[in-house]
Amino acid sequence: MAHPKRKISKSRRDKRRTHYKASAPSIAKCSNCGEIKLSHRACPNCGYYAGRSMFVPES
Amino acid sequence: MRHRVKGRKLSRTASHRLATLRSLSTALLKHKKIKTTVAKAKETRTFVEPLITKAKDDSVAARRHVARHIKDKEVVKELFGEIVEKIGDRAGGYTRVVKLGSRPGDGADMAILELVDFNSVTDKKVKTEAEPKAEKTTKAKKSEQPKAKVKEEDVVEAEVIEETKEETKAEESVSEETTEDKKEEKK
Repeated sequence: MAHPKRKISKSRRDKRRTHYKASAPSIAKCSNCGEIKLSHRACPNCGYYAGRSMFVPES
Repeated sequence: MRHRVKGRKLSRTASHRLATLRSLSTALLKHKKIKTTVAKAKETRTFVEPLITKAKDDSVAARRHVARHIKDKEVVKELFGEIVEKIGDRAGGYTRVVKLGSRPGDGADMAILELVDFNSVTDKKVKTEAEPKAEKTTKAKKSEQPKAKVKEEDVVEAEVIEETKEETKAEESVSEETTEDKKEEKK
């Protein structure tokens, strides 16, 4: 069976990992209540999406 | 490649998946609005919509076809009556999926699946302000019902399996012995 000839150095390993990045979530302002929410999701604060009430928040 | 591969498996066997889709569809037609994961909501959509289309034709055959999947007779009645009446001339697209974000606990993407012509949200708002306790109890029922239905189906399946097991046991033991013999030969 084939095996690696050399141990991957810390440098090479870390260079590979430079592309592992976290991306910021896409955020939008709720058109109903103005609260910040995730885009393409119903607003957890007021329960509105696309000008329509989807659910009534508990509190 | 996953070219032309339709549908989602939902981490279930075929029978379990069918049972899930049936109970979700029944719940949707009963309550007009259900909260599930995005995957289940989208998959249920492709399951109920043809049933609703079928229900536009008010014949005994169509009723039986729908009743094959919707096990609640009251719900079938309601579908052929109220729901079809409200849907009217709409040519498909009877449901709406609105994403809600991830569920605390397992991070599953949640969504609301609802019948488009039943915009009961505004009505609900009035109701919740008047009697918030009644709202909660209906929600609890929602979660209980589909589970119970899945269990019923499982029981039926289990009985069938038990019957067939006795027959196949003899065959299985023979085949197991032959495979073991082969293994020994290989060694």
